[in-house]
Amino acid sequence: MIFSVEMIYVLMGIIVLGCSLYIFADPSNSRRFTTGSFYLIYSVTLMFGKLIPPFYTGLLAIAMVVIIASGGLKKSVHVENSLQDREERRKKLGGKLFIPAILIPILTLLGAKLLAGVKIGGKLLLDPSNVTMVALGLACIIAILAAMWMTRGTPAAAVKESRRLLESIGWAVLLPQLLATLGTIYTNAGVGKVVSKGVTAIIPAGSLFWIVVIFCIGMALFTMIMGNAFAAFPVMAAGIAIPFLINQFDANPNHIAAISMFAGYCGTLMTPMAANFNIVPAALLDLKDKNHVIKVQVPTALAVLLFNIILMYVLVSLDV
Amino acid sequence: MVLIGVLLIIIGFLFRINSAVVVTVSALVTGMIAGIPVKDIITQFGEAFTTNRYMSILIVTLPVIGLLEKNGLQQQAASIVSKIKAVTVGRVLTMYLLIREIGAALGLNSLGGHPQTVRPLVAPMAEGAAEAKYGELPEKERQEIRAHAAAADNIGLFFGEDIFVAVGAILLMNGFFEQNHIQADPIAMALWGIPTAAFAFIVHAIRLRRMDKKMDRRLGGQKKPLG
Repeated sequence: MIFSVEMIYVLMGIIVLGCSLYIFADPSNSRRFTTGSFYLIYSVTLMFGKLIPPFYTGLLAIAMVVIIASGGLKKSVHVENSLQDREERRKKLGGKLFIPAILIPILTLLGAKLLAGVKIGGKLLLDPSNVTMVALGLACIIAILAAMWMTRGTPAAAVKESRRLLESIGWAVLLPQLLATLGTIYTNAGVGKVVSKGVTAIIPAGSLFWIVVIFCIGMALFTMIMGNAFAAFPVMAAGIAIPFLINQFDANPNHIAAISMFAGYCGTLMTPMAANFNIVPAALLDLKDKNHVIKVQVPTALAVLLFNIILMYVLVSLDV
Repeated sequence: MVLIGVLLIIIGFLFRINSAVVVTVSALVTGMIAGIPVKDIITQFGEAFTTNRYMSILIVTLPVIGLLEKNGLQQQAASIVSKIKAVTVGRVLTMYLLIREIGAALGLNSLGGHPQTVRPLVAPMAEGAAEAKYGELPEKERQEIRAHAAAADNIGLFFGEDIFVAVGAILLMNGFFEQNHIQADPIAMALWGIPTAAFAFIVHAIRLRRMDKKMDRRLGGQKKPLG
């Protein structure tokens, strides 16, 4: 293929590398060497993940976590240009400012739908293993160029601005990757099997209603602990859905699947472990309370969870 | 015994220890208790870390958003909405919730997102709507509006995306049932998500309406000039 997913990872790595160089060179940050090293290591794992033997990538990832744990990751102080300056620039460009931002989703969509499977000179244009990711990466490159051209911004300015945003996200940028990693280790260690055995022991076997209640709440709780509904589903389905709901009560697996994943998402809305959705945005939006987004989501999540329990119970007992 | 790792996560969470540290320690401890050699644990750790690089895709969007913000993107969004008088915070966010949910249901997950859309567009639009109505906002309300903007994105995305057949969650569940010799149909799974998706939209839209009324009560009356 001509454009592969690895190229997008290299691009991500280059952006992070640029940020780390600026941090190394910033004497105003008292921990600039550890902070810069954190981003330098991260950029290496992004760019060369495919080439480095996994054992060493593991060591690098742990080194990053050690920097976080020892307080070595410190945010730099950014001097933002004045509001008046921004106001002047805004007046020059006005509504056109939106164009590069909107280009990203539009080009991603067009690229993923129209260019998937397209061949040039016998080679696939986009990496078939993840067309959407590659399309998104290419869309971003075009959008970066458009933004630089429109704002007369240099590549250096683009990296400086990326650094400001990346530092405002901080260590949370690593969390989704670490959580997915945790899920893999849990599976290999057999955590799933142990949990399902324990859950099976406390279920009142004859009661459809209580099985549905425990299943849905279990999906939500397990998701809250793991921060990821994907990890909860195999455990809860193997422990409860297949032996009880499907085999004993003859439930339709399609209903169970649709509703159980949503029950898990209710948990996602209520947990700081789902950092990408709940904690990163709080940082991005400068919220003082890092759990503010979660607090706002809890009432909706609980209402939907209750609805899921009732819907699943009704569907299974009516045998639709 | 392997549950000690899960316990560590809960303890770490309760004591507010840095989540990245807690997660890593839990993974290492769980692996050791299960009797996996340390070298293998670190290898598995590195392997999974590399495989999941796509989770950090938001990094590619940072240069675009950063450059646009430097040139007043947020101010521009806010200024457009603050000119529209009929719009309230609740209505801005309900509209966004609807667009986000329908987009996700059509497989257009990338139409939104916190760094791409919420920070540069939706949050300033909602704040702009409130400023047009109430004048300068107290910090408490400003924070509440921003949190609601992030929440609208999450709720729209989560309850919309499973209606799309080719989404990871649906493929994961279908694969899991197949492995266990249970017949399932991804399209039916996706369609049976619609009742919950509709319910989630209605509940959240009602809550946003009530937030509007609450802000009217707290900040309503005379409009203070923008500072």
